Amino acid sequence: MCCNHAKSDLTLIEDVLKEYADQKGSLITILQKAQDIYGYLPIDVIYHIAERTGSTPAKVLGVATFYAQFRLQPIGKYLIMLCQGTACHVNGSERIEAAIKQELGIEDGETTADGLFTLKNVACLGCCSLSPVMMINDETYGSLTPDKAITILNELKAKAEEEK
Amino acid sequence: MKIIVGQGSCGIAAGAMKVYNSIEDKISAFEGVTLGITGCIGMCYLEPIVDVYENDELFARFVKVKETDAERILNAVSSKNLDEVSDLLITDDDKAFLSQQTRIALRNCGIIDPTSIDAYINAGGYNAIKKVLSGMTQDDVIEVIKTSGLAGRGGAGFPTWFKWNAAKQSEGEEKYLICNADEGDPGAFMDRAVIESDPHTLIEGMLIGAYTIGAKEAVVYVRAEYPLAIKRLQKAIEDAKAKNLLGKNILGTDFSCEMRIKAGAGAFVCGEETALIESLEGERGMPRLKPPFPAQSGYWQKPSNINNVETFANVAWIINNGGEAFAAMGTENSKGTKVFALTGKIKKGGLVEIPMGKTLRDVIYGIGGGNKNDAEFKAVQMGGPSGGCIPGELLDTVIDYKALGATGAIMGSGGMVVMDSSTCMPAMAKFFLDFTAKESCGKCVPCRIGTKRMLEILTRICDGNGKEGDIELLEELCLAIKDGALCGLGQTAPNPVLTTIRYFRNEYEAHINDKKCPAKECSNLITYEIDADRCKGCTLCAKKCPANAISGELKNAHVINQDMCIKCGQCVTLCKFGAISRN
Repeated sequence: MCCNHAKSDLTLIEDVLKEYADQKGSLITILQKAQDIYGYLPIDVIYHIAERTGSTPAKVLGVATFYAQFRLQPIGKYLIMLCQGTACHVNGSERIEAAIKQELGIEDGETTADGLFTLKNVACLGCCSLSPVMMINDETYGSLTPDKAITILNELKAKAEEEK
Repeated sequence: MKIIVGQGSCGIAAGAMKVYNSIEDKISAFEGVTLGITGCIGMCYLEPIVDVYENDELFARFVKVKETDAERILNAVSSKNLDEVSDLLITDDDKAFLSQQTRIALRNCGIIDPTSIDAYINAGGYNAIKKVLSGMTQDDVIEVIKTSGLAGRGGAGFPTWFKWNAAKQSEGEEKYLICNADEGDPGAFMDRAVIESDPHTLIEGMLIGAYTIGAKEAVVYVRAEYPLAIKRLQKAIEDAKAKNLLGKNILGTDFSCEMRIKAGAGAFVCGEETALIESLEGERGMPRLKPPFPAQSGYWQKPSNINNVETFANVAWIINNGGEAFAAMGTENSKGTKVFALTGKIKKGGLVEIPMGKTLRDVIYGIGGGNKNDAEFKAVQMGGPSGGCIPGELLDTVIDYKALGATGAIMGSGGMVVMDSSTCMPAMAKFFLDFTAKESCGKCVPCRIGTKRMLEILTRICDGNGKEGDIELLEELCLAIKDGALCGLGQTAPNPVLTTIRYFRNEYEAHINDKKCPAKECSNLITYEIDADRCKGCTLCAKKCPANAISGELKNAHVINQDMCIKCGQCVTLCKFGAISRN
């Protein structure tokens, strides 16, 4: 077992494995469902998937690290997917990125200490006419300015505070 | 009277859902008015859009609607008096955005309800598959598609009939039809719009394809970044099954076809067909060597045919109207229409479908209205990271595969990103190389190492550390990668660099020799300064500066400390007196 001693509840993924483990070609589907369940792909879950699908951890980890969608670390309550597509780039996404990094004190791929926000630069989200765009937990925010982006983050902070 | 709220992803992002909810809350008080949804009509710059239909005729179209407008709209609709809502009505100028287009692939987008199979059927949907199944042979279909001249709309522009014929002729009982909806080109979103707005068009096109090549199983590989598209397509597949338009013995014939969705996991290279197949099989999306081509040995080593969403979206229309009708549009070597996603620094951004043979100027100025804020046009980037930048002097280039190819760009999937004088071209090339270097799968050396080296050179040029000979070195690398890379991703990765060098060499030279960025974009090569005469000392910039680099007393001119300045440019946008300049 790896040094990262995550102790995940492996029963949670049992149904998924029952359905897909023996279906050839379904590794990506299994990983997607596992990530939906755990929020990320804990290393012990990867070992478990490898064992149940008759594969090797190296192969499963190889696929998991190939695709941008998969993450091996937990993420914050809010996942900020900042679009870095061409239209967003031309319309100033770099300045939005700088403002968010400055406000949250994190770099691309990192999570704030309070576990609230994770920042991820992504390729085109396909909402080019509203560029620059970011998507936070399936909600898309368009026509951003640095100020507007920070206002949105503050609103989410306040919302999280209320929910506590 | 029927009120329809456009709900594509970008409409929703602009607030369409809120508008819908707010109309829904109040509608019960208005008799005879119903509410429904539609997909994206493609006038993204006017979202949220609300249409009103009276007996299937468009009665009014409201644009840039806010949730607070709901009551006004309902009042106006029920009284049929538009005086109080005239500010929301679409202008004649904006109407021209649609009236100048010829819509085939997008024919139902933004008009019918994408969640209703009956809406599609009422619009003439599934007539083409009925026609095919009631007497056309596989060869008949291939002949019609051949006559139409339809070519792959995903980028390569390969004749569709040829691929279908090759897959049909391949030996084997088990064959697959695959739809490539892994729309990875940054700046292109027509495939998303088609699936979100008219999913049955895709299903019908795929059914005809499956029948023609003899496939009993069809798979749609959709980007995971398109959750709404996946949801709507899933519902459409279920509805089609319920009506025996998918599944066993379709419409009582011998033809059977199952369809399913496979969600991609985020890898640009999976737009390449053999990489897509690897990904479908649950592997890392790395391209295979060709030959064998997928038509001989594809998904699970069985004959497979892969087409793009927009290609399939044309098929039903072609069957219904005949190959000649499609071929009547376009040029000698490019037939029919093409959808473009017009974005960037453009006044009217959105989806534009026009017959081939129009010029870039027709699209960018005629339909798009030219650059935002009437800034000076500089270039248009066509075809995403595989394409190139076309400069102003070539705006009269005709839109056809050959003519665009001659400029060094490509038709590609139809992304059209417009740039103005504030866009730095070496930085643009760097942006694309950063993308391709990250997305390179790593299988072949020219692409894996070559894009990395190119990115390093472009980075140092943009940082002001470029050396003499860098341009020539870039050109040499470009040619080696073009020749040596295994798949389309690598072979086309040099295109943005080659075209920007070809048309904007002076900008590269300015960066390298004079350490200047003519577009004033590269942060290492610019400084921000405050004009003491114009500065009123309002302190706004000093308060907002994220690096605390601006100092000064109230009502006295402020100064920027150049060592502390991070060159974010916020102060320029903030200053109400135009006192801060970028040099």
